[in-house]
Amino acid sequence: MLKTFKLGGVHPAENKLSKNSPIERLPVPKRVSVPVGQHLGAPAKPLVAKGDMVKVGQLIAKGEGFISANVHSPVSGKVFKLDNVIDASGYRRQAIIIDVDGDEWIEGIDKSTDISKDIVLDQKAIINRINEMGVVGLGGATFPSHVKLMVPDGKKAEVLIINGVECEPYLTSDHRLMMERGEEILIGTKILMKGLGVNKAMIGIENNKPDAIEHMTALAKEYEGIEVYALKVKYPQGAEKQLIKALINREVPSGKLPIEVGAVVNNAGTAYAVYEAVQKNKPLIERVVTLTGKSVKKPSNFQVRIGTPVADLVEAAGGLPEDTGKVIGGGPMMGKALLSLDVPVVKGTSGILIMPDEESHRGEVANCIRCGKCITVCPMGLEPWLLEKVVMHEDFDRAEKERIMDCIECGSCHYTCPANRQLLDYLRLGKSTVGKIMRTRRK
Amino acid sequence: MNDVVLYAVLSLGAIGVASAIVLYFIATKFKVIEDPRIDEVEEALPSANCGGCGFAGCRAFAEATVKQGNEKHSLEGLNCPVGGNEVMAQVASILGLEVEEKDPLIAVVRCNGGIKNSPGKVSFEGATSCAFAHSLFTGEGGCPFGCLGLGDCVAACDFDAIHINPDRMIPEVNDKCVACGACVEACPRDIIELRPKGRKEKRIFVSCINKEKGSVARKNCTVACIGCSACFKVCEFDAITMKDNLAYIDPFKCKLCRKCVEVCPTNAIHEINFPPRKKKDGDTKKTGKTLAVKHPEKKKVVVVEKVDLSGSVKKEVKPVEKKVETKKPQSATEKDSGKEKEG
Repeated sequence: MLKTFKLGGVHPAENKLSKNSPIERLPVPKRVSVPVGQHLGAPAKPLVAKGDMVKVGQLIAKGEGFISANVHSPVSGKVFKLDNVIDASGYRRQAIIIDVDGDEWIEGIDKSTDISKDIVLDQKAIINRINEMGVVGLGGATFPSHVKLMVPDGKKAEVLIINGVECEPYLTSDHRLMMERGEEILIGTKILMKGLGVNKAMIGIENNKPDAIEHMTALAKEYEGIEVYALKVKYPQGAEKQLIKALINREVPSGKLPIEVGAVVNNAGTAYAVYEAVQKNKPLIERVVTLTGKSVKKPSNFQVRIGTPVADLVEAAGGLPEDTGKVIGGGPMMGKALLSLDVPVVKGTSGILIMPDEESHRGEVANCIRCGKCITVCPMGLEPWLLEKVVMHEDFDRAEKERIMDCIECGSCHYTCPANRQLLDYLRLGKSTVGKIMRTRRK
Repeated sequence: MNDVVLYAVLSLGAIGVASAIVLYFIATKFKVIEDPRIDEVEEALPSANCGGCGFAGCRAFAEATVKQGNEKHSLEGLNCPVGGNEVMAQVASILGLEVEEKDPLIAVVRCNGGIKNSPGKVSFEGATSCAFAHSLFTGEGGCPFGCLGLGDCVAACDFDAIHINPDRMIPEVNDKCVACGACVEACPRDIIELRPKGRKEKRIFVSCINKEKGSVARKNCTVACIGCSACFKVCEFDAITMKDNLAYIDPFKCKLCRKCVEVCPTNAIHEINFPPRKKKDGDTKKTGKTLAVKHPEKKKVVVVEKVDLSGSVKKEVKPVEKKVETKKPQSATEKDSGKEKEG
C-alpha cells in the first residue's frame, strides 16, 4: 500500500495539462523588474542606483537580517530606475527595473550543462554559498534555504525530505524538472544532506507521476542514502507537515517547526537551485514556471529569468485566450489571482494558471447546514465551519483556542463546502488577527 | 390539623430568622464599600456602552472618573464623546469639579475614490470584509490607500451613523455620529479620522490619504491628492502640512477661508456645510460643490478660469502665491487646458 497522510485531504481533478511539455528556455525579455522582497522575511536592500550597469549574476540587493535573502541581477544591462511595481502580493512593492542589453555574465559562473558530481565544499561553506546565492524555497513559501540548514542548538536533524509531490492540480514544473534534471536534483540533495549533516534522504513523489518515480528511482540507485517513495495522490500532500506524516509517520507538534521531529523538508526545485548555486556558482536568477490552463493553446513549462513579466510567458504559450476570467499566480488551490499581466515572475512563482471565465467565479454563498464535510477534509484536524463563525463574530480568543494558527491555508474546506461558504477567507482573516494578538501579547 | 400548620409556620419562620441573621453578618463582614457617586455618574451617562471613551462601557468610565476625581481633582483626559459637553458638565457637577469645554468631534471619511472616481480595474469576489480584502490586494480601483467599500466601518457603528452610498461605494457619515471612534478602529486603512465638527459644522479637510507619488496616485484616482503643495503655499495660517506627497489640514489652525479648496487641482480638498459661493462676473463655474459628480475634465476647466480670476482680483497682494497658482494647473493639466484655450 502506498504511503500517505492520515487525516483529511481532497482529490481535485489533476488537470496536469503540461506534464509532457519539455522545459523550454524563454528568450531574455527587453526589460525586467526584480522585486527586492521575493522571499519570506525582510526585503533585501538595493545596492544599485539608477543608471548603473549590471551583469548577469551580480548582487543587486542584499538580504539584511536573519530571515532574508540576496537578490541577483537576472540580466545584464542598465538600471532604468528603482520604483514600486505591482507584484504577486497585490500591492506595489519596491523593485529594481533593468533595461536589458546583451547577455553578459559575471565571472565565475559555470554556464555549461555538464554535471559536476564532486562536492568539494564543507558543511559551513555550503550554507554560506546557499546564503550568498540567494536560494529560497521554490515550492511557494520562499523561506530562505540557508536558514533551514542551520539546525538550532539542542535539535538534531535525522532525515532530509525532498518534496517532489507537486500536489497542486495543473502545476508540472517540479515534475518536468525531475524528468529532465534528475541527476542535478540528486546531487543537490546530496549537498543539502551534507549541509544538514544527515545521511538519509527521502524523495516523495505522488503516484500520478509514474514516469518521474521510475526515472528518479533508477537514478537514485547510484546515490547512497537517497530513496524515492511513491505516495498516494492526495491534496495537500506537498504541505510540509503532511509530507512528514506520510513519509516518516511523525506529527509536527502544533506551532513548531519540522526540525522538532528531526526532519527538514526542501522542494525538488530548491534542490536543483542548490546544485546550481554550490556546483556551478550560479545565483538563483531563473526558475521553471508552468504556464497552463484549459483554454491555453500550448500549456508549457518555461525556464525564465526572474523578473520576466507574466505577459511574456502568456505570449509564448500562444497568447491570452479570449474567455480568460482570471490569471492565477500559483496553483488553483493556494494560488492568488494576479492584478495585471505586468506582474514579474519571482522566485516563488511555480506556475501561472489561466482560468476561463466560466470557471473563475465563486458560487453563491448559502447557509451552513453543518454537514461536517469541511471537518472531514481538514488535514490539520480543525473545524473550519466553527472557525469561520467565531472569526465572523470576532471572538478571537475562541479562535485561538480552536487552534486557528494550525491552519495551513490549503483550501480543502473551501473546495469541498457544498454551500460555497467562504471558509478560507475568514480563516485567513482570523489567522492574521490572532497572529497580531499573539505578537502583541509576547511583547 | 391546626398543629401541622402551626409547626410548619414556626419551623419555616425559625429557619428564616436564622438565615437572616447569618446573611446579615456575612453582608456586614463582606460589604463592598463603593462610592455612591459612581452610580450617580453612571446615571448621567448615555448608557451607550460604545467604548468611545476608551473604557469598557459606561460603568467602567464612571468608576474611572470618580477615581481620577478623587485622586487628581480633575477630569483631564476623560471625555464621553457621545454625551458631549453637556453630560461632562453634569458629571463634573456630581463630583464637584470643573471640566473644560471640548470641541465636539465627528468622523470624517478621507477618501473620495469609489467606483466613480476610481473605477474598478479588477473585481473582487470573497468575504465581505475590508480587513480581508486589505490583506489581499490594493483594491478594485488600484489605490493601496483608498476605501475598499466593503463596510467594516458600517458594521462597527452602533449609532446608525455611517452607511455605504451605493452610487459611489464609499461610506458617508450622517449627523447621528457621536465620534465614538469605532469606525476609526475598524478601518484597516485608517481612512476615517475624528475631526472637530467646526464652527457652525463647517469643515475643510483633504479627502485623500494616498502617499504615493502624484503621477501614480492620479493614475488610479481622479480626485487623489497629488502632493503638489498648491494648498500649502496658499494657506496663510500654516494650517497645512505636506508629508509623503500628501497634504494635511490641521483643524485647529484652519480658519475656514477656503482658499485651499479653490487651488486644489484635483478637487481633493473638501468643504462641508458652507454656503454656495457667490457668482463673480464672467465666472461660469458651478456654485457650491458636488464633488462626487464632477468630472475631471470639467473641473480642469474650472481651475484654469479660477486662476485667471484670482490673478485679476488680487494682483498685488502676494506675488509668490500668484506665481504658484498660475504655474500649477498648467503642469497638472497641460493638455486639457491648452485645448480649452484654443476652443
